Amino acid sequence: MRGRPLLYTSYESDQAVMNTGTKRVMLGLFLVVLALVPLAIIPGIGFLAQSDWLRLLSEVAIFAIGALGLNILTGLAGQVSLGHAFFMGVGAYTAAFLGAGPGPFLGLGLPIWIWLPAAGIVAALIGVAIGPTAVRVRGLYLAFVTLGLVFVGEYVFRNWTSLTGGSQSGRTFPRFAVRAWKEEQPIVEFFTDGSWFGIALSGEAKTFYFVTILAVIFVVLAKNLQRSRVGRAFASIRDRDIAAEIMGVNEFRYKLTAFGISSFYAGVSGALFAVFVGRVIPEQWNLFLSVEIIAIILIGGAGVVTGTILGSIFVIVLPRIVEDFTNWTAGVASEGTGLFAWLADFFVSTGLGDFGIVNTQAGVAPGLSIAQFNQVLYGLLIIGFLIFEPLGLYGIWLRIRNYWKGWPFTY
Amino acid sequence: MTSDLVILAQVAPGSNQFTEMFVEGLSLGTIYALLAVGFVIIFKATQVINFAHGAIAALGAFVVASFATILDIPGRWIPGAPAWVGWFGTVILAMLAMALIGMGIERAFLRPMVGEELFAVAIVTLGIDIVIRNITNDFIGQFPRPMGDPFGIQFLQIGPLSFAHTEVLQIVVALIAVGAITMFFRSRMGIAMRATAFDQEAARAQGINVGRVFSISWAIGAILATLAGVFISMFPRRATGVDQATAFFAFRAFPAIIIGGLDSIIGGIVGGLLVGFAESAATVYVTFDFLGSGFAGIVPYLLMLVVLIVRPHGIFGTEEIRRV
Repeated sequence: MRGRPLLYTSYESDQAVMNTGTKRVMLGLFLVVLALVPLAIIPGIGFLAQSDWLRLLSEVAIFAIGALGLNILTGLAGQVSLGHAFFMGVGAYTAAFLGAGPGPFLGLGLPIWIWLPAAGIVAALIGVAIGPTAVRVRGLYLAFVTLGLVFVGEYVFRNWTSLTGGSQSGRTFPRFAVRAWKEEQPIVEFFTDGSWFGIALSGEAKTFYFVTILAVIFVVLAKNLQRSRVGRAFASIRDRDIAAEIMGVNEFRYKLTAFGISSFYAGVSGALFAVFVGRVIPEQWNLFLSVEIIAIILIGGAGVVTGTILGSIFVIVLPRIVEDFTNWTAGVASEGTGLFAWLADFFVSTGLGDFGIVNTQAGVAPGLSIAQFNQVLYGLLIIGFLIFEPLGLYGIWLRIRNYWKGWPFTY
Repeated sequence: MTSDLVILAQVAPGSNQFTEMFVEGLSLGTIYALLAVGFVIIFKATQVINFAHGAIAALGAFVVASFATILDIPGRWIPGAPAWVGWFGTVILAMLAMALIGMGIERAFLRPMVGEELFAVAIVTLGIDIVIRNITNDFIGQFPRPMGDPFGIQFLQIGPLSFAHTEVLQIVVALIAVGAITMFFRSRMGIAMRATAFDQEAARAQGINVGRVFSISWAIGAILATLAGVFISMFPRRATGVDQATAFFAFRAFPAIIIGGLDSIIGGIVGGLLVGFAESAATVYVTFDFLGSGFAGIVPYLLMLVVLIVRPHGIFGTEEIRRV
């Protein structure tokens, strides 16, 4: 590894996940920071240890798992799918059926080491079962098949009330706790305040550790899949399917595999999300969720694992930042004078008759509500990234990195 | 059974479940066909899968609603004109406004994407859909906006079939639209559009202004979407007017497009009618308890899946020739 960078003397070093020392150090640092975040001992980002921020970060990890799945299907194998939300829903309700205790709705009360993998496996099986149709139709028609899947799935979820609880109130899900079998007292649980190894931790912090460790595992799997025989087959199908077939890549089998793996990720992510939220109505698994996941991989950078992680952080944290920003500008607009106050007043509307792009009181003041504004931002970001930076945040990072790498030369 | 028929017969002579289904299916089908034809024209001329079509339809309906009931355009300039003249004027002006908006969308967001992968462009339109839908829904607000049309709840009796006046209008407008499009494709611009649909680069080499063709196709698409949006928001469909769910109505027109074949205008019309009839038949005849609520809403998608399994390119779609 020493010596001239980017000089590879063996196939192994070319294919290494961390092919430079800097990457190794940075990744190590990142993991250490992640581990220390809930302890609030890192200066500058101590606020991340607050329970609402920890919940947001846990959501980032959960969505990252789902987005990695879509990234394998869309970014790597080149199959556009709008149906990711459906597979997430399948995973969630599998988890509920197997994991939730007996109650008003179906539930067997089995432990997490059964329901979490099963959520992925059932979703993967359904993905593989739908696969033959999806393989037969190609390109744009596939997008519409998967779109149909979301609507049909939503209908099934809505009407299967004994499992899903129906649209009124939804149902509850099992919780993050490891049991050997169905005993009362879990071996480890991840949702109440307590202490591990003498360190006091909140329930949010425990959940954060649990889902983050899972996300890291799935990232490693995805990264390794990408540089395996299967990953290369996916990429060849994406780049030119007929050429891939001529080279001996079995298109049918690999497309099915891509669907299966992607659905597995989606199922696990959906189960985690439902458990994390606690109570979910069937309408949760709709087109918006699919679009949100698509936004993650497009904003992050399609086909790149790092990009997917960047995208998850960006898309999940963005609404929170917008909300804080809006409230902050509302404060500026109400008290101050001068140019900034004028701009803030232009941006935010606080009451009836006050003009603004965003309002702080939905339904009363004119302007978009914060939720709507977030949606519009997603839309604009998707458009903007596709037009100006198809590689997404990862592409921006690449350009920054290459600028410093080549400095003072521009090439 | 007989008593049911007697009661129905009192409502409209000769009316039964079948005639109800027929009228409903025809009416739904023409709306889907209007959406589908606009979509197909945009796709053929510009190679863009327009996921924003439903949002454009809702925006068009909202423009009509606000012109008719709030701004009073063009009624304020022609005092004393009969209500229907004002309303048709409103719709025509709204169609022109929407044509400009459609051209603007194409120029701003899709012209930079010319030559990019179809998927990337399709996702851009998904982004446009999100933006337009949210902004439109914010303008619409919590409550439906009435269309301000002068038709009301009146029926026209043709044999055993009982059409609402709006449904008659809808069918007439759809026929006019199809006729106008057929005529258009024989005009100079229409021929240019056909050439562009065939091969963009070759058309350019022949001196056709491809950019203008793109603009015109989006204008046509937006106009047809506006008409569909208006019909979605009137009496038999949704008597109260355009609301936040209108944009989603068009999502049920996507199956129609796929069934007919993405690149066939006739396919769009046939697919639209087929989906309309299937949906209304499901509403009338398929009433098993175990199916729960909302089954008719997914019938188009089920039909689409079946058709795609049998014919992966739709009924009238061109089979894609794949080369290495």
